[in-house]
Amino acid sequence: MVRHLLLSGGIVSVVTGALLLAACGGSSGGSGNNNSNPTSNVQAISVSGGPVAGQIYTNGAFTSVTICAPGTSTCQTVGGVLVDTGSIGLRVLASAIPGLNLPQLTGSGTELFNCVSFVDGSFLWGPVAQADVKIAGEVASGGSVQVIQDPTGFSIPTTCSNGNANIDNQVALGANGILGVGPEPVDCGFACDPASGITPPNVYFACSTTGNCQVAQVALAQQVVNPVVLFPTDNNGVIVQMQSLGANAATASGSLIFGIGTQSNNTVPSTATVFTMDDFDNFTTNFNQQSLNASFIDSGSNGFFFPDGSIPQCAGTSIAPGFFCPASVQNLSAQNVGANGKSSMVNFSVDNAINLFQSNPSDAAFPALGGPNGSGTCSAQNTGACSFDWGLPFFYGRMVFSSIDGQAQPTGLPAAPWWAY
Amino acid sequence: MGPHPYRTFASEHRMKTVFSFAALLALALIPSHARAALGGRVETVEADRARMKGTVQVRPATAYSVHEIQAPNKVVVREFVSPAGVVFGVGWRGPFVPDMQQLLGTYFARYQAAVQAQKSSYVGRRPLNIQSPEFVVQMNGHMRAYFGRVYLPAQVPQGVKVEELW
Repeated sequence: MVRHLLLSGGIVSVVTGALLLAACGGSSGGSGNNNSNPTSNVQAISVSGGPVAGQIYTNGAFTSVTICAPGTSTCQTVGGVLVDTGSIGLRVLASAIPGLNLPQLTGSGTELFNCVSFVDGSFLWGPVAQADVKIAGEVASGGSVQVIQDPTGFSIPTTCSNGNANIDNQVALGANGILGVGPEPVDCGFACDPASGITPPNVYFACSTTGNCQVAQVALAQQVVNPVVLFPTDNNGVIVQMQSLGANAATASGSLIFGIGTQSNNTVPSTATVFTMDDFDNFTTNFNQQSLNASFIDSGSNGFFFPDGSIPQCAGTSIAPGFFCPASVQNLSAQNVGANGKSSMVNFSVDNAINLFQSNPSDAAFPALGGPNGSGTCSAQNTGACSFDWGLPFFYGRMVFSSIDGQAQPTGLPAAPWWAY
Repeated sequence: MGPHPYRTFASEHRMKTVFSFAALLALALIPSHARAALGGRVETVEADRARMKGTVQVRPATAYSVHEIQAPNKVVVREFVSPAGVVFGVGWRGPFVPDMQQLLGTYFARYQAAVQAQKSSYVGRRPLNIQSPEFVVQMNGHMRAYFGRVYLPAQVPQGVKVEELW
């Protein structure tokens, strides 16, 4: 594939020292298909509190990813990467890959940058680079990744920051990167592609070295990509599976499994319900007489977030701002309904977050953590704005399948995207 | 969302340039004082529409009217206008977050301060929920499907349920 890359000598300058450089190419016996030995498709993940000393990232599932300069054996393995079914693409802190000189995407006199907005009012900025990404036995070759980094010599354009909080560092991010394995192949999609013919959104920016940045169109093939779709096999979805937890725990372990119906370990069981998603990758959750029609499953959210005006919220100045603080444990249930009408009930609990955090100051895994989403209750008038955000606690004790839009699915299953559990 | 032509585009886009600039001249020509949606007069809706290159539809509702702007990138912004002609709330949904400075107008600086203060109080990801007597901001969703709203509690017309304002 012609990519018209220029190695940028300016931005990723040489940093030497005690780096974790590994010659990845030599260690595996080839990454392609091997008929007698199927590709290893299981990656361990862990709710571990994250990589920042003295800081606990509650209910964050972390793993490691090996990143290589394309086509080379110059690689670096980065731990503390958040596994996120709610976003698309690999994003890694520049400070976590100091020894890698990844080729950046460039235009005439400009470099390409990527901007991600998260719903909590934070954003990530950094250049778009190309890398080979290795996870378990899988290899995604030559796709675009975001290197999270504040710019050198200029300010982040306000159309990216948008008034929001800059989390372009390890402490604020709470991680060394984000592995976005959600239900789409790329982070922006057609709206950013030149073929759309529209003014591109605030996702890609072409910046001169002096910081003159303009929003830019980027072809789908150059957009920051869900690495899974670049795997030669096991490329149609993922499974996130976490151990069952009866109560909070210091850590929790699980697996990120690649592919759906491609190997003996990733078949959708007949007992699972398959929920197709709507045009915005959402489904409906019926809860407390509300039809929450913009609901979704997101391993990158660290609690159950839903509209319920009857459960008290923890004080904003407490150790648990933004979570629920009921007087006693609330045992609740909700019904998930796919766009295809398939449904199932989910039982879940919400405990007092201040009590949980105070009583268990060194724990990272909390299955009964919840918080508000919107205020009061939803009504019939605000369709599209009602949402149940099924965060990481939903994954404890479940094997959750997430298929990727546009990728072929096994016979008998609907076209992607859908969830199954 | 339809099929994603991702794989086929890879071969079709062997182009001279990796990416191209958007023509943003029109945006640059909109004077900054036109940014005044929230708390501003109903006339400022037009500046927002122009910036979004969208179309606008006006729907009357009990006690207020809704000016709905649809942008070509599928972002929908709803501006809630009181009988006195004041924008007392703005809601949005779509695959991208709209220009907050444009929509929040004179409230932008307060939004900026509140968001950054809240984000510095925890690590992790969750819906945004800023509640103050002066203004309320909420946002949720996920990459490629965001929604949110901001409103001025003191200026919500009597009898209007804030749950409607999305």
